[in-house]
Amino acid sequence: MTEQRVISRKTGVEDTDYKWGFELDIESDIAPRGLNEDIVRLISAKKREPEWMLEWRLKAYRHWLKLGSEEPKWANVKFPPIDYQDMIYYAAPRSQADGPKSLDEIDPEILEGFNKLGIPLEEQKKLSGVAVDAVLDSVSVATTYQEMLKKVGVIFCSMSEAVKNHPELVQKYIGSVVPYSDNFYATLNSAVFSDGSFCYVPPGVRCPIELMTYFRINEMDTGQFERTLIIADKGSYVSYLEGCTAPMRKTHQLHAAVVELVALDDAEIKYSTLQNWYPGDKDGNGGVYNFVTKRGKAQGRGSKISWTQVETGSAITWKYPSVILQGDDSVGEFYSVALVNNHQQADTGTKMTHIGKNTRSTIIAKGISAGKANNTYRGQVKIMPTANGARNFTQCDSLLIGDECGAHTVPYIEVRNPTAQLEHEATTSKVSDDQLFYLQQRGLSLEESNYMIINGFCRGIFKELPFEFAAEASQLMRVSLEGTVG
Amino acid sequence: MAESDTDKNAPLLDVRDLHVSVGETDILKGIDLTVSVGEVHAIMGPNGSGKSTLASVLAGRPEFTVTHGKVLYGGQNLLAMLPEERAREGIFLAFQYPVELAGVRTWQFLRASVDAVRRHRGLKELSIREFDKLLDEKREVVKIDPEMLKRSVNEGFSGGEKKRNEVLQMAMLDPTLAVLDETDSGLDIDALKIVAEGVDRFRSPSKAIILVTHYQRILNYISPDRVHVLMDGRIVRSGDRELALELEKKGYDWIRESVAA
Repeated sequence: MTEQRVISRKTGVEDTDYKWGFELDIESDIAPRGLNEDIVRLISAKKREPEWMLEWRLKAYRHWLKLGSEEPKWANVKFPPIDYQDMIYYAAPRSQADGPKSLDEIDPEILEGFNKLGIPLEEQKKLSGVAVDAVLDSVSVATTYQEMLKKVGVIFCSMSEAVKNHPELVQKYIGSVVPYSDNFYATLNSAVFSDGSFCYVPPGVRCPIELMTYFRINEMDTGQFERTLIIADKGSYVSYLEGCTAPMRKTHQLHAAVVELVALDDAEIKYSTLQNWYPGDKDGNGGVYNFVTKRGKAQGRGSKISWTQVETGSAITWKYPSVILQGDDSVGEFYSVALVNNHQQADTGTKMTHIGKNTRSTIIAKGISAGKANNTYRGQVKIMPTANGARNFTQCDSLLIGDECGAHTVPYIEVRNPTAQLEHEATTSKVSDDQLFYLQQRGLSLEESNYMIINGFCRGIFKELPFEFAAEASQLMRVSLEGTVG
Repeated sequence: MAESDTDKNAPLLDVRDLHVSVGETDILKGIDLTVSVGEVHAIMGPNGSGKSTLASVLAGRPEFTVTHGKVLYGGQNLLAMLPEERAREGIFLAFQYPVELAGVRTWQFLRASVDAVRRHRGLKELSIREFDKLLDEKREVVKIDPEMLKRSVNEGFSGGEKKRNEVLQMAMLDPTLAVLDETDSGLDIDALKIVAEGVDRFRSPSKAIILVTHYQRILNYISPDRVHVLMDGRIVRSGDRELALELEKKGYDWIRESVAA
């Protein structure tokens, strides 16, 4: 058994179900409420961005205005209208106003906060084998292992730094996978995105350690709009992890992120997420609206993009990590566990768009519903006329706990090439009394028995996670279901 | 089971006038059974006589309702205990139909069970090395390949593999009272020998075994101290090893007629 804790559960906050819910007492630089051109300019100015970046933001903002309140309506989720003028679009710890600093200059309260989350940033305590970019509200506060990565030519830094230090790469690739006009939330993000991580792996380099971004919302009423861009050049490999938590708030918070991945010839990107935003209380008050656009372009021949996600948090999750299989022989994968409890809602899945010849995609989605929660798998497999010999395998399994929850599977398949081969399997099951009794007869409590069955159900996904994340994921399931089973 | 609060002379298991139903149907209609440590009891009977129900009730399967009677285990009220408490106190049920657990590796399942039981008995948790050593020793007896331990519990196992896996679990958990529910059914002669050998090794002056079986052939390998014949929810006859042999020769109809007479 590994003792490693990537996202620690021991925060000292007692008697609550969500143990990451503490608030940091730090001074922040906060933009006035609401969204207008001045706010976009303010964000850009705060980040001392070049003119082209501001122009791009403004284009996105003007496009967003045209969309009015045309949020996507097709997802199986319900929420009251969001007042975009009552939200705060930029918040940064005051001590971090000028972007990441050397560790000596970071506010000790912030360091302590990340320590509590199990993400130590100090040199002597940092996680072994994982480089971390720590993002608090709108800014990146620190990135570890930068020197070591620099030696092998890997660029791993905050998005703000990348815009300043690697403008040619950012300008070339930003919006190339998720254009600013992609969808309502992506457009909003393009206008006001604050920070996020940037990674570039040069040709032929296998990134020697895992890269990780840890996102943390702290301020009240702020939206978090981070933007991540990862480019794997020819023949390179990178494994990237993402974790997220937020304090407990009575009001909802919007998180509208964009992640873009680009894999060139024979490159591979493995992207893993443990999403544990505050899910709201038992009655559905508060919680994060997690409306995220994630897409990868397997652009080069023989390239591969693999998404693995474990989604346990958020009041509402709206998220479809997708792959555009453009290069011949490219591969796209999506492995997902989405767990909803109480009043949580999740509408999540993927989109695999096959363009190149002999492209292959695999989708394995596991949904677990408990309490009064609703879980929807929504997936699209699209085979374009050029995609000779394309293949897809899709498997969607749902597990129900109790009898007030729901599971829905909505697969869309569009085939425009007769040589394509597609398989789709779907199951829905409940934890059976026979299984529970069998485990109890072997000495396990009802609760333990349920976890063992649920973990077994997720095993195919957990094994896709990097080792240190897998134990974490299984712990997270347990915490998320506390009091529901057994 | 705690030794201190147990009367040395008291039986390990004392079933008194036990009545059990499922829904509206009465299945057990007044069972009396006393089992002491060191003993092997065989419960025989035709299909539908209530043998498996008796085994399940001892283990605490929730769908059965005890409508009357009591069961003492080591002097404690067994019926008040949760299934997992009974297991930790040393009652083991080898299932007639072992359950499949998709995605749960057999090794991990065994480890969790052994940990749970040892914790309850105040023993220290075994290290992975100690656990594997014990497992190697026990699995040899029932001829379970280490590869099998990497597979999901009972998933894709043959009938014989499932039964051997039950006996392996018994050996690992080291119970005080083992209840084997038709562990011999559906086995060919070689598999039967392996399973019987595993059970016989388990036999000890400090433990008791209840063998629920339809056929007497397993009794050729595990000689019982007592044989009980269950029919229509009642024990209609008890005897020694000879009763089983006579049953085999004359069939259950013989008992049915002699009971009716």
